Amino acid sequence: MIVHSIFFYTFSLIAIISAIMVTASKNTVHSVFFLILDFISISCLFIMIGAEFLGMIMLIVYVGAVAVLFLFVVMMLNVAQQKNQWFAAKDSSKHIPIGLIISTLIFVEIIIVIGGWKYKPEIFDLNNSLTQFSLSNTHSLGQILYTDYIHVFQISGMILLVAMIGAIVLTFRQRAGVKRQSYIKQISRERAEGVEVLEVETNKGVRIDE
Amino acid sequence: MDYLSIIFDQVYKILFLLIPVLVSVAMIVWLDRRVWAFVQKRQGPNVVGPFGLLQSLADALKYIFKEMIIPSSSNKVIFILAPIVTMTLALIAWAVIPFGATQVLADINVGILYLFAVSSLGVYGIIMGGWASNSKYPFLGAIRSAAQMVSYEVSIGVIIINVLLCVGSLNLNDIVIAQKNLWFVIPLFPMFVIFFISALAETNRPPFDLPEAEAELVAGYQTEYSGMMYAMFWLGEYANILLMCAMGAVLFLGGWLSPLEIYPFTLVPGAIWLILKILLLFFLFALVKAIVPRYRYDQLMRLGWKVFLPFSLIWVVLTASFLFYFNLLPTN
Repeated sequence: MIVHSIFFYTFSLIAIISAIMVTASKNTVHSVFFLILDFISISCLFIMIGAEFLGMIMLIVYVGAVAVLFLFVVMMLNVAQQKNQWFAAKDSSKHIPIGLIISTLIFVEIIIVIGGWKYKPEIFDLNNSLTQFSLSNTHSLGQILYTDYIHVFQISGMILLVAMIGAIVLTFRQRAGVKRQSYIKQISRERAEGVEVLEVETNKGVRIDE
Repeated sequence: MDYLSIIFDQVYKILFLLIPVLVSVAMIVWLDRRVWAFVQKRQGPNVVGPFGLLQSLADALKYIFKEMIIPSSSNKVIFILAPIVTMTLALIAWAVIPFGATQVLADINVGILYLFAVSSLGVYGIIMGGWASNSKYPFLGAIRSAAQMVSYEVSIGVIIINVLLCVGSLNLNDIVIAQKNLWFVIPLFPMFVIFFISALAETNRPPFDLPEAEAELVAGYQTEYSGMMYAMFWLGEYANILLMCAMGAVLFLGGWLSPLEIYPFTLVPGAIWLILKILLLFFLFALVKAIVPRYRYDQLMRLGWKVFLPFSLIWVVLTASFLFYFNLLPTN
């Protein structure tokens, strides 16, 4: 048990420190790296409470894909020069009240949820259906997700699909005069239409590409 | 005292796994160069030791005694961290590879997800190296590699789903045992081919070695590295290739199972069979490097997103419907 708590406090300390460093570090790329460290230590915590499936999915989705895209975007913006101009700007004090309100709201929400879960566990009837300890948590997650909550699951999938289509529509533009490769065209080209022998008169030349 | 003995036991097991892996990485580099040379009617490295077997050792010595140059405009912490990350991630994944029914370091429930997660983290070493070098070519290499690895991960994930549908468990040993009667390479052959090609792209091997395309980007993300740090990138890359071969062997070629369950074959321990399968896959990797020209970047992206992803998704639907219709879905 002692070893367990040592590991727990190590991972949570790393998680909290790196979460603070995400906002505190001057270089934006460093922020993203701290965010990745945060994700990794949180997935370690997930694995410690026995939710190994969630921990691995956290690693695959957040660290393996989302954070890579974050890095991708942040590295493209030339952030080496603009080291946190946002905080250095004069009117940055304007944003502090809004930030305070939002963070207080989130804090109160967490208190309500965790308090309810702690003192009135019977409200959360999901707890009772999860108590089949003979199954691994991948199995029990699958059994709940694909039976009781199939509609919610499908709807969240649809929402993600719509978001994806929306992103594609927003960034897709058809430009005129751009030469694109068509594989079918390239493959089905024959010698007769590809090569042409011309008699070229002196000092006249020929026009191609018409 | 109890804890100490557990720790010693684990350290002993880890060393017993890691040292062979590191030695075989060195040997596999030699094998790669030899195969490449024979395809091109050359001799390859054949001077140091018998058949040139000690060539990698000589190379390693050379790298150790070379100067490590850290560019003055680089981001030094991340610059040094990058090869370490690559190397570590390539090695920790070996913890879950089963070499026999009980010969596995960590027999965890979500083994295949762990493998997938670690192999998808591999991109960080490259991105960190490319960004921290603070130079054009490494940066371009890192960007290319990030896009490429994220794209091909998707199709590898879908292929893994195909295998999981037939097994009904995420444990690697269960996946191996499920192939006792029929290796998955036979019913899922198209998936095996796509897995092989995606593995080439995931490990930045030719014909998908665009992150380090020497004709365009000098050496890609490794341009600014020298000495031991370069050697670590190099070792990490080959350890990753071996890992991908091991993953292919476990998912499709029956892992540590012998090809026929009859007398002379069952004498050979499972670890030998697994190593032979890994070597077979690696031989294919080396052949592909020698005989195929490099892809263009847009062709690479097209192949990943427009060909492999839809095809493997359709195959998931087919596999699932087939298993459902003939009542073959695994239940446990």
